[in-house]
Amino acid sequence: MIVEFGHFALILALLVALVQTVVPFLGAQARDARMMKVAEPAALSQLALLALAFLALMHAYVTSDFSVANVVANSHSTKPLIYKMAGVWGNHEGSMLLWVLILAIFGAAVAAFGNNLPATLKANVLSVQGAIALAFLLFMLLTSDPFARIDPAPADGRGLNPILQDPALAFHPPFLYTGYVGFSIAFSFAIAALIEGRIDAAWARWVRPWTLLAWMFLTIGIAMGSWWAYYELGWGGWWFWDPVENASFMPWLAGTALLHSALVMEKREALKVWTVLLAILTFSLSLMGTFIVRSGVLTSVHSFAVDPARGVFILAILVLFTGGGLALFALRAKDMRVGGLFQPISREGALVLNNLLLVTCAATVLIGTLYPLVLEAATGDKISVGPPFFNMTFGPLMLLLLAVMPFGPLLAWKRGDLLGAGQRLLAALAVAVTLAVLSYAMFHRGPWMAPFGIALGVFVMLGALTEWAGRIKLGSAGRDEVVRRAVNLPRSSYGTLLAHFGIGLMVVGITGTTAYQDEKILVMKPGETVSVGGYSATFKGAKPGRGPNYREDVASFEVTRDGAPVVVLEPSKRVYDAPPQPTTEAGIHASWRGDLYVVIGDAQPGDAYAVRAYFNPLVRCIWLGALIMFIGGGISLSDRRLRVGAPVKSQRPPPQVIAAE
Amino acid sequence: MTRKQKRGALIGAGVLTLSLAALLVMFALKDTIVFFHTPSDVVEKRIPAGTRMRLGGLVSNGSVVRGNGTIVTFKVTDTLMEIPVSYNGVLPDLFREGQGVVAEGTLEATGSFTADTVLAKHDENYMPPEVKKSLEARGVKLGASANTESQPKP
Repeated sequence: MIVEFGHFALILALLVALVQTVVPFLGAQARDARMMKVAEPAALSQLALLALAFLALMHAYVTSDFSVANVVANSHSTKPLIYKMAGVWGNHEGSMLLWVLILAIFGAAVAAFGNNLPATLKANVLSVQGAIALAFLLFMLLTSDPFARIDPAPADGRGLNPILQDPALAFHPPFLYTGYVGFSIAFSFAIAALIEGRIDAAWARWVRPWTLLAWMFLTIGIAMGSWWAYYELGWGGWWFWDPVENASFMPWLAGTALLHSALVMEKREALKVWTVLLAILTFSLSLMGTFIVRSGVLTSVHSFAVDPARGVFILAILVLFTGGGLALFALRAKDMRVGGLFQPISREGALVLNNLLLVTCAATVLIGTLYPLVLEAATGDKISVGPPFFNMTFGPLMLLLLAVMPFGPLLAWKRGDLLGAGQRLLAALAVAVTLAVLSYAMFHRGPWMAPFGIALGVFVMLGALTEWAGRIKLGSAGRDEVVRRAVNLPRSSYGTLLAHFGIGLMVVGITGTTAYQDEKILVMKPGETVSVGGYSATFKGAKPGRGPNYREDVASFEVTRDGAPVVVLEPSKRVYDAPPQPTTEAGIHASWRGDLYVVIGDAQPGDAYAVRAYFNPLVRCIWLGALIMFIGGGISLSDRRLRVGAPVKSQRPPPQVIAAE
Repeated sequence: MTRKQKRGALIGAGVLTLSLAALLVMFALKDTIVFFHTPSDVVEKRIPAGTRMRLGGLVSNGSVVRGNGTIVTFKVTDTLMEIPVSYNGVLPDLFREGQGVVAEGTLEATGSFTADTVLAKHDENYMPPEVKKSLEARGVKLGASANTESQPKP
């Protein structure tokens, strides 16, 4: 009964989305206030309906209702409760339901908190949001109904793919989707602005917090996916330039560019047309990401059950919104007034360069991701484009971007002083170069590029600190003055500081683990010892074990360093009950120096096991950097100036954007 | 600077970045891409030894031999031709006889293949699309063993 109720709520949501698309749009055209007002209750009731549908599906999962086909295919009665709940979005239908639910949350947030928006703009934005929801709800109801019943109901389900039964992956999709879908707000605002043919700094003030929110979640979502791949897949790698990874990385690159260009637009009223285009492109890349993941057109290590027929539908949605958006842009963009002027050497100039490089980076990733498809269609040759391609194209562009990154915030708006900025960065550069020389002297191995990578990362980190030190007059003013300035510095400045610092830390981690990884592959008998990365690990044998829904062989390794015991690692090989699938669980010992990472392979005669042991130096810096970026985004978002509704100064603290979650 | 010069600087920077990127992409596409072949392709197209490529097909039944240490040998077949593969490392969890596989490495003069990567797939029922298409194009019937509802024994 609850299941039919959920299905019905989904159909009602479709009808509401239709109303939300058509009525406010016509109202905005006719300047009819009552018709425009329809958008708000429509957006709110759509959220309520989709939340009901989502809860209904979750109820079916939690109670293991095996008369629902979706539950049968992806759940099992013995699965731990948390994975029963996470199982709701661990499959195609459920994840699409989550997608539209998050879309509805964003739409409802605009409806609820957008009181200071011009009425026509708000109506148009919600109308575009309604259109996106309409397309995806239609897609769900026609091709991927999560509530389809199965008769007769089997006694038990087939279970969730065991490698998805993991805490990090349980929460990876909601974060990632919040990122993807968050960019729909920027898209809707861009389309609304094009429909109205009018755009100003207030528009950017509105779009920026939403973009920032989406960017934060996309950042942490990608980082979680990478962390999961690192410890769960047992390959010791953290990024594979796989199409599904690229699918989430392209919107991130474009979204980062959008974040920066919206800044220019808000502060200086420049780059208007470009920002609108970027907003359209960013969401289009998000849609394409959904298409790549959901259609399985590209060979990926991450593709779970996929269905090409559905891909065609999503492709149609993609073409409709991207094509429609770009066509509208081509028609209307020339009417937009050109904004503020600036010298090439200035904050604006630096941000233009940032945008140029980020968008070019995104383009190279796009080419690398889609080239196999194009070539196969054209010549029939099947190829794979792997990490070497991206290292050769994306790599140099990113290095260039990182090298100029510390200069940007040090340049003044309108007309900057490059020489002055360079002088202020001298100390940071000197420390970075010293560290690079030291790391070269210490390791004597690894590629010659590695010390440069370390230097670049440190330069970016110290560059961010230099800018902060300059703003609080560290070293040039008295202590009280410095503290006062540090406290009074706007939170968005701290956001920038942390985000840039996090990138630098990430670069150090990436370089460290890529260049100096130590890997040993061997067959070990009980009692034998392998040394890797300064550790000695002694294999103590393996014994069978039993978890809630799997059997496993657990190996035991005693790890010592310079003779002193460190830890006992217990990597295992599991076989799950449902579905009966083997997985590898890595044994990881983390420290500031890096991770000791041990996995076991196949059993060999004489109680021996194939063993892979890695030492991954500084690898934690990668995810720590992403976390710092996420926190930086959050701090920036809490800045009063960025808050939605900020122009009204009241006694009570204004509502937080976060509350929309 | 006049307005025209500013615009010129902007366009110049754009053209410079894009041409740099275009050059990089062109070189990278020439040097770094890896072609995918089935065992029959290798024979028919006379792929020269030393070529870096991906070899895809099914793991022949009964062909997996675990030798000394971590070296594993197996045969990859498209049911018409077979190519012996040797791999030094730990095979992915889902590697199994009769199932689809993609190995990346180089072709030796002896006609055997030395793999440095054997691709793991997340999904139990997963068949790499290239392998599936190539096999279907050759009229190989993909039964339960390769593609669909099979639930292999643990």
